[in-house]
Amino acid sequence: MTDPRIERQWTTRLRKRVEGTFPPEKVLPDTQPSYVASWIYVFGVLTLAALVMVIATGCALAIMGPTWWHVSGLGHYINSTHLWSVEVFFFAMVIHLWGKYFMAAWRGGRSMTWMTGAVTFLTSIGAAFTGYLSQTNFDSQWIATQAKDGINATGAGSVFNVLNLGQMLMWHIVLLPLVALGLTAVHVILVRKRGVVPPFADVPEGVVA
Amino acid sequence: MVHPERFAALFNLSHPGHFISWGVLQVSYGNAVVIVLMVVAFVAALLLPFPGHRDKGGR
Amino acid sequence: MKPTSWNPDVDVAEWTGTQRPYDIIKEGTIAVVFVLIVVLTLSFLFGSPDDKPVTLKQWSNAAPIDFATTAFQELAGTSGVAQYGAPYNNVPGTGQKIGPVSLVNLMGVTIPINAAADFVLRPLGTQTSVPTVTASLATWQHASATQQQTWLTNYAKHLPTAIRDSVMVVTPNDAGPVPSLIGGLTTMAQSGALDNALLSNSTSYFSTNYTEPLLFLSDGTYFAGLASDKHLAGDQWGMMNETGSFPGQAWLWLYTFLYQVSPYSTSSNADALVWATMMLLSALVVFVPFIPGLRSIPRRVKLYRLIWRQHYRSEKH
Repeated sequence: MTDPRIERQWTTRLRKRVEGTFPPEKVLPDTQPSYVASWIYVFGVLTLAALVMVIATGCALAIMGPTWWHVSGLGHYINSTHLWSVEVFFFAMVIHLWGKYFMAAWRGGRSMTWMTGAVTFLTSIGAAFTGYLSQTNFDSQWIATQAKDGINATGAGSVFNVLNLGQMLMWHIVLLPLVALGLTAVHVILVRKRGVVPPFADVPEGVVA
Repeated sequence: MVHPERFAALFNLSHPGHFISWGVLQVSYGNAVVIVLMVVAFVAALLLPFPGHRDKGGR
Repeated sequence: MKPTSWNPDVDVAEWTGTQRPYDIIKEGTIAVVFVLIVVLTLSFLFGSPDDKPVTLKQWSNAAPIDFATTAFQELAGTSGVAQYGAPYNNVPGTGQKIGPVSLVNLMGVTIPINAAADFVLRPLGTQTSVPTVTASLATWQHASATQQQTWLTNYAKHLPTAIRDSVMVVTPNDAGPVPSLIGGLTTMAQSGALDNALLSNSTSYFSTNYTEPLLFLSDGTYFAGLASDKHLAGDQWGMMNETGSFPGQAWLWLYTFLYQVSPYSTSSNADALVWATMMLLSALVVFVPFIPGLRSIPRRVKLYRLIWRQHYRSEKH
């Protein structure tokens, strides 16, 4: 039977906890509540799909390095796909945010879901910004010299030097994607764990409004 | 050999932009189109009936 | 356990009603394929912008007087960067504030820039094959600070405004080696050598850090003029614009907007104030679930009636 030594193991305890919180039917559900019936719900999954495209096109650009796209037609096309993925990503994400706000989707213990989404949005702005700085063209020169004043004024400029291409490229392709992807993972896991917020309803009996 | 012209965009947007000025507001046509499309998509998402679920009320 | 008090903006009655079939994997696949098609199509139709970077070589050839004037300001310590303060150098009275606090000054000088030494004297020091430059540099370095200041003052009285036979026309006055230094740096920039010299100033060989050439570039009027022509300047809502006719960072609209209106547009602490405002607004967005009033708006606006209209209709039956 169960060996108490095994039961006490960190590994065992973690596995049981994950199994309890995320049973397979929650991670990969095959039904959802009947009130989930509006086009507004597709913008979440569209944001995710656009994020997949952003990462994929960014990886494609990474293969030949940061300046290849200036001298290759194929490279320029891949750069275009990266740009438009980002435009689609923000397009979908902002509509997703509007929709979730007007559904008050933080209700019922879902505040962490809302907050991780909001922080992902802010992180994405930083990720896109460092991307603009990493283009190695006129745009990145101008944006860097303009942005330095704002970022310096916050004090962050003393360590986050927007004029340092190498530093900005590293933030763009390593640090900020890691944070954005990590936050997105937590966000999606929370959505699966808590489910989609139910509609506003009448006050249930037995509670004080 | 890769020929750059094979990958050239169909419409050339690399010409000086146009801008809408309205008081203190200034926005490029490019950004304006994106913003208008976002609002349109949002409103459409709210109004269009979701397929597979016929509106029962029929109002 | 049910909550004993009920806040409609916080609590929900969890759903116990009907479920409908939902194929999450199919939905995700369709979304990825849809976005893939949209992105490939947009890229095929519109491409992406790529305006060539500006070099000091390009600037000094296209606008040598502007370049030479900027070079003189760097040497004299009157340029934008020389007078910037933290994080580049110590300049009393600089550093934007929020109320009494100057975060930039608290962080101090972490990217030290000595405009005269880094932008003019050290690069000229690499021009060992140009005897006039070497001699002028030696004269400058052996002169007293007072003497240097006198030369700078005299030169500033008659800043060159014309080029003849690709040489700046300098009015003869007692400016010592200054005309030769400025002329030498201009010639150096025109050859392209200054771009490389500034890039490798702080390193021995490799560099991915463009701080020095970009700061020098941004001190002149040539670079800002190019950006203004492309409608990218700060007072043109430039931060959310892109070169050409492409959409830019439209999501920066509020940040960009704040710079256009009072009190931000007229404040000497504009950057600090705009950033403080944006941080506050961002925090409001993140913490909406806990902010009374803000979190009630969706319930009062009632857009949700539209989103869940099928649910509310079926409830009535």
